[in-house]
Amino acid sequence: MADLKVTIGRLELKNPVLTASGTFGYGSEFEDFIDINSLGGIIVKGTTLEPREGNAYPRMAETPSGMLNAVGLQNKGIDVFIHEIYPKIKHYQTNIIVNVSGSKIEDYVAVVEKLNDLEHIPAIELNISCPNVKTGGMAFGTSCASAAEVTKAVRKAYHKTLIVKLSPNVTDIAQIAQAVEGEGADSVSLINTLLGMAVDAETQKPVLSTITGGLSGPCVKPVALRMVWQVAKAVKIPVIGLGGIMNAADAIEFILAGATAVQIGTANFIDPAVSEKIVHGINDYCSRHNLNSITEIIGALKV
Amino acid sequence: MKKYIQDLIIVSNRKLNDDYFILGLSDTHSLPEMLPGQFAEVKVEHNTDVFLRRPISVHDIDRANNILYLLIKIIGKGTHSLSLLKAGEKLNLVYPLGNSFDLEHVSNVLLAGGGCGIAPLLYLARCLHQKKVKTTILLGGRTSSDILEAEEFEKYGSVFISTDDGSLGEKGVMTLNSVLRNMNMFDRIYCCGPLPMMKVFASMAKEAKIDCEVSLENTMACGIGACLCCVTETLEGNKCVCTEGPVFNINKLKWQI
Repeated sequence: MADLKVTIGRLELKNPVLTASGTFGYGSEFEDFIDINSLGGIIVKGTTLEPREGNAYPRMAETPSGMLNAVGLQNKGIDVFIHEIYPKIKHYQTNIIVNVSGSKIEDYVAVVEKLNDLEHIPAIELNISCPNVKTGGMAFGTSCASAAEVTKAVRKAYHKTLIVKLSPNVTDIAQIAQAVEGEGADSVSLINTLLGMAVDAETQKPVLSTITGGLSGPCVKPVALRMVWQVAKAVKIPVIGLGGIMNAADAIEFILAGATAVQIGTANFIDPAVSEKIVHGINDYCSRHNLNSITEIIGALKV
Repeated sequence: MKKYIQDLIIVSNRKLNDDYFILGLSDTHSLPEMLPGQFAEVKVEHNTDVFLRRPISVHDIDRANNILYLLIKIIGKGTHSLSLLKAGEKLNLVYPLGNSFDLEHVSNVLLAGGGCGIAPLLYLARCLHQKKVKTTILLGGRTSSDILEAEEFEKYGSVFISTDDGSLGEKGVMTLNSVLRNMNMFDRIYCCGPLPMMKVFASMAKEAKIDCEVSLENTMACGIGACLCCVTETLEGNKCVCTEGPVFNINKLKWQI
């Protein structure tokens, strides 16, 4: 068995497979299908300072090889997370990472200050890339100045591993990655969803209540791979790759392109057992390629 | 209830007419416990246009022969692909999902199914029959080809039919069927069908102070409460139809009725 361990900042993952925020609930939804502890970590639903109801239904449209969503960060808020959800999941023998979202810098800071004290939360993923909220969200992640500003404020307030989740809806994602690296991010994860839309030709109306939404699934994988490749060359911090990973081969492709770890997102909706299968598949790949450690192929793309 | 992801074997694919078919599914092991109102997320293979699973109601369960039946209407590429499946082929299911109809505290009930909305009601009728609950079934549709499984329902209670065009049963919308003149004899109405039809039943039930449960079919991705795409507005905020539903008591919903 190959060594699948990787490190993200001070965070050690037993293997490079994480589950993407917003696609895996709080883990417990998947307990009937997989051993949560077999994963490198889980990233729980985007959490905001105050509870949010999210956007109106319909929030989802199927697309060729993917889907659009416009959930809009529905969540019960950080206090309910800390008092009601965290006690039920803190026993997991894997890394629980909280995705933190917000509309204002003060809100992000207030949330991460509360998360500092949770013993079983070793890291946060700062979401500056949600395309489905009116204020904040993606707006922070689409300019170097605002991405740097929110990262700086959160870095000052949060003492554990800080991952910043980047938006693909930008001209040059490598510049944004460098901007957040410059303010102390320990890692960047990419890509969040691509802004898209769906139209119903018969009713002549948009499918989503919000008109636009975030595209995910295998249809975005080539874009995600390209961006991971570009960012991995531009920064020194570890990159976490995601976007349309459906199987172990997809995960390996991201690692070869420069990702130290990967996130499994939309695939969880098609096969709720897929994340654990990908862990096994990566291990098989290492055996077939005589690798002692998965780290041997991080960014090892032969060009 | 434990959920499973399993390949089941197709034992039958019975075409009811051009629009509807019933898949019979079995396994070498006993099928898990399923409650009336629950559903399965069905994987559609070999069709690159279909990405997500399709949520399909448990239509009936034949325990003696270990067969699960799914009644499906062909409405798009996914359901069309499913209609082509043949006996002997496999179908991957994530199931059983969702809550169930409430079978407690009733002695005389009405089941109202509009078109494909009868899908979850046959297994409900079977379970109510086992509990010796007096059951009346009202089936409605645009035309006679939308009236499905009437002879099956007759095993469990008296069946009333409405079609918009009068091709079968009473002519007119089902919410005007004569059986509803004596609505007060029912202590609960179970309703599934198009949203406008369910809202009319909900309104009538509310007016008559009769308990009413409706089964919703919002578009879904995961089916297990992870993606939060299928929400409906309730008095307690947005709730996932896949986990908090698909069955809702109308008193919980934020419907303008």
